[in-house]
Amino acid sequence: MSTDASGWEVVIGLEVHVQLHTRAKVFASAPWGFGAEPNAQVDPTVLGLPGTLPVVNRAALEQSIRFGLAIGAEIPAMCAWDRKNYFYPDNPKNYQLTQKDYPVVMGGTVEVEMPGPSRNVMGEHRTIRVHHAHLEEDVGKLSHAAGGSLVDYNRAGVPLLEIVTEPDLRSSVEAEAFLKALIALITQAGVADCDMEKGQLRCDANVSLRRPGAPLGTRSETKNLNSISGVRAAIEFEVVRQARELEAGRAIVQETRGWNAEAGRGYVLRDKEDAHDYRYFPDPDIPSVAISRDTVERIRKDLPERPFERQRRYMDALSLPYTAASVLVNDLALSQWYETAASAYPANPVGIANLVTNDLLRELAASAGKDPLTGEPSAALSLKDCRIKPAALAALVRLTDEGGISKQQAKEVFAEMFKTGLEPAAIVDAKGLRQNSNSDELEAVVREVIEDPAVAKSIAEYRAGNAKAINALKGPIMKRTGGKANPAMIDEILRKLLG
Amino acid sequence: MSEPLHALSATELSRRLATGAITSRALVESLLARAKAHTVLGAFNSLDAEDVLRQADAADRRRAEGKSLGPLDGIPVGIKDNIAVREQPLTCSSKMLAGFISPYDSTVAERLKAAGAILYGRLNMDEFAMGSSTETSATGPARNPWDTERTPGGSSGGSAASVAAGLVPLALGSDTGGSIRQPASHCGLVGLKPTYGMVSRYGLVAFASSLDQIGPFARNVDDCELLFHALAAPDARDMTCFTAAERKSVHLPKDRKPRLGVPRALLEGVDAGVRAAFDAALEFYRAAGCELVDVALPTAGLAVPTYYVVATAEASSNLGRYDGVRYGHRAQGALNPVDMMERSRSEGFGAEVKRRILLGTFVLSAGYADAYYGKALLARTRIRDEYLLALQQVDALVTPTVPSTAFRLGEKAADPLKMYLEDLFTIPANLAGLPALSFPVGMANDLPVGIHLVGAPQAESILFALARQFEGSHALANRIAL
Repeated sequence: MSTDASGWEVVIGLEVHVQLHTRAKVFASAPWGFGAEPNAQVDPTVLGLPGTLPVVNRAALEQSIRFGLAIGAEIPAMCAWDRKNYFYPDNPKNYQLTQKDYPVVMGGTVEVEMPGPSRNVMGEHRTIRVHHAHLEEDVGKLSHAAGGSLVDYNRAGVPLLEIVTEPDLRSSVEAEAFLKALIALITQAGVADCDMEKGQLRCDANVSLRRPGAPLGTRSETKNLNSISGVRAAIEFEVVRQARELEAGRAIVQETRGWNAEAGRGYVLRDKEDAHDYRYFPDPDIPSVAISRDTVERIRKDLPERPFERQRRYMDALSLPYTAASVLVNDLALSQWYETAASAYPANPVGIANLVTNDLLRELAASAGKDPLTGEPSAALSLKDCRIKPAALAALVRLTDEGGISKQQAKEVFAEMFKTGLEPAAIVDAKGLRQNSNSDELEAVVREVIEDPAVAKSIAEYRAGNAKAINALKGPIMKRTGGKANPAMIDEILRKLLG
Repeated sequence: MSEPLHALSATELSRRLATGAITSRALVESLLARAKAHTVLGAFNSLDAEDVLRQADAADRRRAEGKSLGPLDGIPVGIKDNIAVREQPLTCSSKMLAGFISPYDSTVAERLKAAGAILYGRLNMDEFAMGSSTETSATGPARNPWDTERTPGGSSGGSAASVAAGLVPLALGSDTGGSIRQPASHCGLVGLKPTYGMVSRYGLVAFASSLDQIGPFARNVDDCELLFHALAAPDARDMTCFTAAERKSVHLPKDRKPRLGVPRALLEGVDAGVRAAFDAALEFYRAAGCELVDVALPTAGLAVPTYYVVATAEASSNLGRYDGVRYGHRAQGALNPVDMMERSRSEGFGAEVKRRILLGTFVLSAGYADAYYGKALLARTRIRDEYLLALQQVDALVTPTVPSTAFRLGEKAADPLKMYLEDLFTIPANLAGLPALSFPVGMANDLPVGIHLVGAPQAESILFALARQFEGSHALANRIAL
């Protein structure tokens, strides 16, 4: 039970609208995608021309099922569409095809990691229930220009999955954590790209307050939040507003609200009296669609591991530290890259994870601006373009572990691999970096150094009990071996010779 | 050979085209002249002479090259003005769509083009197919060629008038509650409303989507069946259209007499002249070896109110798209986009369309939807169940098509309820999704009388066979009214 300072419990439910990853629109064959000229992605059906009919895009339906299976939902044997009637210029038919009574996804849960006490410590995992998710069509975009209004129907008919949660969230921080977990789950399942800057994920937040243990309070709905920070801010604004109302003895009015992101303020869109009567009825153009168990099982087989399942596997089976596991959990491609490397050298998954989540990511991020090899201007390299291949990274860790090169040398080799994509062994040979682990040769060098009067004082100190004094001898030894001496062996030989 | 071209049936024209006795151009030229002479009928909203002659020449060329596309190649087919043909007007006889040119082909237009048919003009209709007399047309009423003071029926009045007057041998109509069969009856024609799902609705401007079907008009049964087979095919663009796997052919049983079901309780209130022609037709079938069976359809009496709830509910939503934003009539001087939409709709729609949009909006409204729309769906299911049950016992149900013959223009225009009763016998087939055929069985007061056969799903062949049996013994086919 979490309450705010004045003892209110915050109750939040989200309605998340996600544009599904498909080539064509949900009820028409016109394509969709970001950045096209206005009204380029239309056809007679998208424009609602007289006589046109919708045909369900199986790919959009399968993406919805995919999402349902990813959250462990029930996929019903059939789903159906209804018409939601309202007039607005961005709505080509003046009704929207949606699923009111027979949605494609029923129930399901999303595992969420709440923020931990610090970045390095895992937070509590919680389960947020999804009530249902339904597949509908997006509408166009109306904009007002000097001298008139303009409407672009490129977005009209884009497949939109509306995911409706139960009122399980208790703070804006939890809402943010939920959205991040949901986005990771959806993008990694290949269901949608969820690029909020392109409007591919939008969110409505239902917020109410109550005293702990009391029945649910009256809620408000803030619509069309198009960034995670907007969701947070709108919820926080609503919590403050409702608490102030309630503490002043006023009742909360059930209303639909908008959010002004620039001003950081919510405002009333319409109250209950002005609520639309959508006159829902079953769409007579689309017969209910049967969903075969074969289809469901085929999609289920094809689903990747869920992010937090992977996190647990990494931490439990591979002993990865939380920090490395949590970086990997949010990036399926990076996880796959990592696992390819780890399977090439199963002896040290932690060493590989550290290189991947620290060095590799750092270099990829730093590559923004210019290509590391050619110096040409470039965007930050993606993992796909990275010149280091997983097996080569595994070879580098193995080489280090087996004493072929020192940890210090490994850093140098890694940098060269990132730049050129060459194999670590080739770099070590070309640079003459291979560590000298020949005990006879090293012992000869050590003997020479010990004879040098310049180190006599350090030897005396060491023998007198100052263990650290031995380090003064290592510098000259490294110098004589060109830095290639195996440090562990030098240490061993020194201790033996100095008794 | 002395018969003029306009009086010949499509099948006869097809034969003569095949032998080279006539050309499609000659046929079209004679029909164009005839259309010009009979503009009083108000049958066409538009007819592009240049375009239809070009289509005729193309058909003649194909035939000359031995590349005929089949029996419909070079045969003109009139198209009701609510069926989309690429680059032709699509007005639905409404001010709302005046000047609208379709940028795409309906599936039936595509199929007719592939069969070589000449898509011949745009036929007048009640506005958005809402009416039973073609009087709600924004371009003025169509007239009955048997008596031009009377209605040809509706909503496909232009289709019926044009075929009955010999302006075109075949035409397409659409039927939501009787809009093919009632005008076919009033004009002495054969008109079929196919089983819901037989013919693609893609490109048919929706009135009530769960009831609408495109169907053929002709002057005899063979012609009607020929055109029907050209239309009926699977279509991936209409999810309510039967797939190939869902299609079957249903024929009269060979091991027993055909059985006709007569719902006698429904026949009260039928005009004497119509009743006499109907009874004579029943007597013909009995004498010809059919078994006449009394059937009860207790819920059929609720068909008209049920229909006016379901059809108007769907229409109120289907006609939402006409808002002046993307196409169609746009009001001038609006204050903002929403005001523009409101004014465009107020100006663009006629009174009957507005009446039905208001009624449909009401029956779907929160607080009323369960009492009206919900109840109507229950009644619809019950009516369908009763019809399906009856059709397990008989091969077809038979009634008059319309309780009376064609009425005078203006006679019922002010009384919508009286007008709605025109569709008493035809509406149940739409509610139940069943095939139904009207064909002429005689005359009353010098006006044609039709009877109406309703069959089991996909039993069109049975309806054609029964009608052909009557047609063969009576001289009622291929009559030209003028």
